[in-house]
Amino acid sequence: MKAPVLEIKNFNVDYGLGDQAVQAVRDVTLTLHRGEVLGLAGESGSGKSTLAYGVTRLLPPPGVISGGSVIYHPPGGDPYDVMALSNSELRAFRWAETSIVFQGAMNSLNPVHKVSTQMLDVIRAHEPQLSSEARVARAKEMLKLVGISADRMDAYPHQLSGGMRQRVMIGMALVLEPQVVIMDEPTTALDVVMQRQILAQLVELRERLDFSVLFITHDLSLLVEFSDRIAIMYGGRIVEQAKSADLYKDSLHPYSEGLLKSFPALRGPRRELAGIPGSPPDLRGMPTGCAFHPRCPHAFDRCSTEIPVLGVPEARNDPNREVACWLPGRVPVG
Amino acid sequence: MTATETEPVTTGDVVLEADGLTKHFPVRRGLRDLFSKERKAVHAVDDIQLTLRRGRVTALVGESGSGKSTVARLLAQLYSRTDGDIRLHGKSITVHGGRKFRAYCRQVQMIFQDPFASLNPVHTVRYHLTRALKIHGRAGKNSAELEQNLNALLLRVQLTPPERYLDKFPHELSGGQRQRVSIARALGADPEALLADEPVSMLDVSIRLGVLNLLRDLKERLNLAILYITHDIASARYFADETLVMYAGRMVEGGDSETVTQHPAHPYTRLLIESAPDPDRLDRVGDAKDAPEDQAGGEPPSLIAPPTGCRFHPRCIHAMPKCSTELPPRFELPVISGEGEHWAACWLYEEGAAK
Repeated sequence: MKAPVLEIKNFNVDYGLGDQAVQAVRDVTLTLHRGEVLGLAGESGSGKSTLAYGVTRLLPPPGVISGGSVIYHPPGGDPYDVMALSNSELRAFRWAETSIVFQGAMNSLNPVHKVSTQMLDVIRAHEPQLSSEARVARAKEMLKLVGISADRMDAYPHQLSGGMRQRVMIGMALVLEPQVVIMDEPTTALDVVMQRQILAQLVELRERLDFSVLFITHDLSLLVEFSDRIAIMYGGRIVEQAKSADLYKDSLHPYSEGLLKSFPALRGPRRELAGIPGSPPDLRGMPTGCAFHPRCPHAFDRCSTEIPVLGVPEARNDPNREVACWLPGRVPVG
Repeated sequence: MTATETEPVTTGDVVLEADGLTKHFPVRRGLRDLFSKERKAVHAVDDIQLTLRRGRVTALVGESGSGKSTVARLLAQLYSRTDGDIRLHGKSITVHGGRKFRAYCRQVQMIFQDPFASLNPVHTVRYHLTRALKIHGRAGKNSAELEQNLNALLLRVQLTPPERYLDKFPHELSGGQRQRVSIARALGADPEALLADEPVSMLDVSIRLGVLNLLRDLKERLNLAILYITHDIASARYFADETLVMYAGRMVEGGDSETVTQHPAHPYTRLLIESAPDPDRLDRVGDAKDAPEDQAGGEPPSLIAPPTGCRFHPRCIHAMPKCSTELPPRFELPVISGEGEHWAACWLYEEGAAK
């Protein structure tokens, strides 16, 4: 496995303070390696977007990071904790080292400024020493990489289609050649044909520019195809993490299994599917023990009292996979 | 209550038909167009043929902007049509509100995409359902009967025990429960046809199938005719008996769901299926060379001035000179698996055309 680029350790996020606080992200430990696509899947309210915003310290109040550290490993430099950066250091860190493509990125462009203005602004803010010709050249090159011809540079966002705006956003996220790109449901608002084209382009760009992607989505079938590794979140915790192929063929957590069975197949035999009974948990009143136990078909006494720890399962002695479940054979080693 | 309850209904009876259904939305004229004679319009839906039968689910698949929701709204008589015909039990029908509209609603009900927006946040579940029952004259003679009917409705959509849900406000329910309440509200009219406009796309992944299975169960028990509108062709395969594919306001392919998804004929349907995420395709993860071929980079055409001939021809890799000039009619195709018909509106399937 390659060297880590972003290590999230025991990360906690609350909404609100004191007794009223809602624990949105609990004890998340996750490592993003260089050049990999790590998929983060979960339903709405599972804390996946909160985790992404927390890690980049973009969390709006009342969100509070209540613990944990995020260690960033710059190429050829000493690792440092993002949580300990001062405001000015953070300003330099954002976008240059870690960029983010937001949910509904189509609407995150400023409608009253040209694409070129917005793009050049990014470069000017982070690399003021560049001449304006060099900046324009860089922006043009980036747009070309994401498949937009350079003459569209001076268009306003409303003159572009949804897919093109999304490409501009991706281009803008990559323009400073960051090491980590966080993508929060980047293709949810797009049609499938467009979605596939943008993803194919992203894979190509990743090979060329060698950045790592944290890809957040609720569409597990997309992740299985697109990412190297997948982590599944439920009720603010990571319940399983494994290589995509392993997770798809042999998921260990009952929730991952249920989630995989929630997507009707397009090919192969048509089979009866059931989804998962019940509804996702309410963060204000989380079930005791394993958050999934009220919906779990295999739940037993221990599940409702003790919170399972994420660890390498006994049955598969594979350091690449982790699961948090009390079922026999899935309990962590040691 | 309704006439159909006394007569035995058989599966396959035609409830609702659309014939040549067309809807153009006028485009606002700017100052510059003031003196031009030309009146622009968005060609949202053109020449739709559609039949809803009892006990059958018909899926309408298409990308955003393909006009699939417009079709549902036309069928629900929420929009007036520009051209064509809507027939309920074989009789042409046009309503513009009032008593006739209610009578129509009694038989054709619609479920909307967003259960967060389609329920009034200041009213309880009881209010929503009572209103539906009262409007359609099914509330019963006294409050005990009403209570009984309300409970029956909630039981039908598997919200048990009913007492627990009746006095809840929408914000106290989860997305799946809310969508079940809106299905119950539609069933309050005891309809024959349900028009479901993306009923599960706003719901969490793990509960989508629960709602789809519920709709299927209702279809079987109440012999409903369901129009299922979706952008997810895999769910159409799972849920629907018949699948119709729409592109830029026109239908391009139709037939038995299994045939359409397993042996797609129209180049657009093929593109759609190729593009859908498929975990079984692990060996070709994100390989750009295997990305589906598309001449226009995934851009659907403008509907104000739609392409002449076949609307897909600017993006089609098989386009011939004929495609840009003549509109392809429906060509019947040999059915490979299952029963029923299979057709595609594409010149590739013209008699004698070299494939």
